Amino acid sequence: MHEMGVVIHLAKTLDKLAEEQHITRIGSVTLSVGEVSGIVNDLFVDAWNYFRKKHPVLNDAELKMETIPAYTHCDGCGSKYETVKHGKICPNCGSKETWLIQGNECIIKEIEAETADEELINQEDKGEENAGDL
Amino acid sequence: MKIIELKESITASNDEDARVLREELKQNHTLLINLMASPGAGKTTFLGKTIKDVGDKIKIGIIEADIDSDVDAKKLAELGVEAVQAHTDGMCHMDAGMTRKALEELNYQNNDLVFLENVGNLICPAEFDTGAGRNVMILSVPEGDDKPLKYPLMFTKSDVLIITKIDTISVFDFDFDKCEQRAKKLNPNIQIFKVSAKTGEGMEEWEKWLSAQVKQWV
Ligand SMILES: Nc1nc2c(ncn2[C@@H]2O[C@H](COP(=O)(O)OP(=O)(O)O)[C@@H](O)[C@H]2O)c(=O)[nH]1
Ligand SMILES: [Mg+2]
Ligand SMILES: [Zn+2]
Repeated sequence: MHEMGVVIHLAKTLDKLAEEQHITRIGSVTLSVGEVSGIVNDLFVDAWNYFRKKHPVLNDAELKMETIPAYTHCDGCGSKYETVKHGKICPNCGSKETWLIQGNECIIKEIEAETADEELINQEDKGEENAGDL
Repeated sequence: MKIIELKESITASNDEDARVLREELKQNHTLLINLMASPGAGKTTFLGKTIKDVGDKIKIGIIEADIDSDVDAKKLAELGVEAVQAHTDGMCHMDAGMTRKALEELNYQNNDLVFLENVGNLICPAEFDTGAGRNVMILSVPEGDDKPLKYPLMFTKSDVLIITKIDTISVFDFDFDKCEQRAKKLNPNIQIFKVSAKTGEGMEEWEKWLSAQVKQWV
């Protein structure tokens, strides 16, 4: 399954980042996922919810997914059109010589994180933060 | 909490593992070639023919990752090369970590060249760097000349495109020039070889290229 493989790498990438930047807790992870990246959002979230439990830093990291629209360029007439709507054949001229411009990426856009020094400052409201759980 | 902008590839950790593995392979004088194709494209047959032709001059090892079974690893081991079956845990691709494990099982240091027959699939393997020194994709004539349009990433990531089963050209509607144009447009540096693993046609040129790569690497 593709989603599981990608999630394993996502978790590893974040673990490493946490170590480098002294991050103690990640609150959320925002991914930018192309419409035709082949990633199925529901499967991905399931896989994520399973894996984050195995990584202390990620325990309560919520996964947010943003979609990058897919566009295709047509060599026949030079136009740009929506890939998902029209597929491989250009709706403007019927050409099959078309190329995906964007829409198959899968990028970690940003994370919300707490670093070690921040935690010291926030020590007082710590109890409150740990109270809620999923 | 603060927001940290990353804009990083989701597979960044794998990219790093792959870089380290590639470096290590270079120091141990072993060239790893990642072979990617659709199921049934002819990977195993192509490897078998290559081993028969140059196996006496180049010490070759095989990592078989196609999910079906371990039939392929056995088939290739019968040709006298060392072959191991990789464990992909049902995954649709090999990553650098899995490749490292398989290489260690193979004792890869004893080989000049190791082929990784990746999982049969044109999408996922292209997204994961295995640590290979060269990426080779196989496209067979029956699959059609429009594959570059359907799977652009695979073509941009490959150093070599092998068009195999050219002995079947009379039966299929496959335009070599068009396919070449499409592939070159995605990747101007891609090397293209037209072969038949069955009749042996065109294999010599590929094997010449292969020998040169091994010499250059080790
Ligand atoms: N005509 C012809 N058939 C081939 C050639 N290479 C492989 N085949 C056949 O294609 C089928 C699949 O080949 P195989 O090597 O197992 O494909 P893999 O799944 O990519 O490893 C088998 O029936 C082979 O005999 C070729 O060059 N010419
Ligand atoms: Mg095979
Ligand atoms: Zn058009």
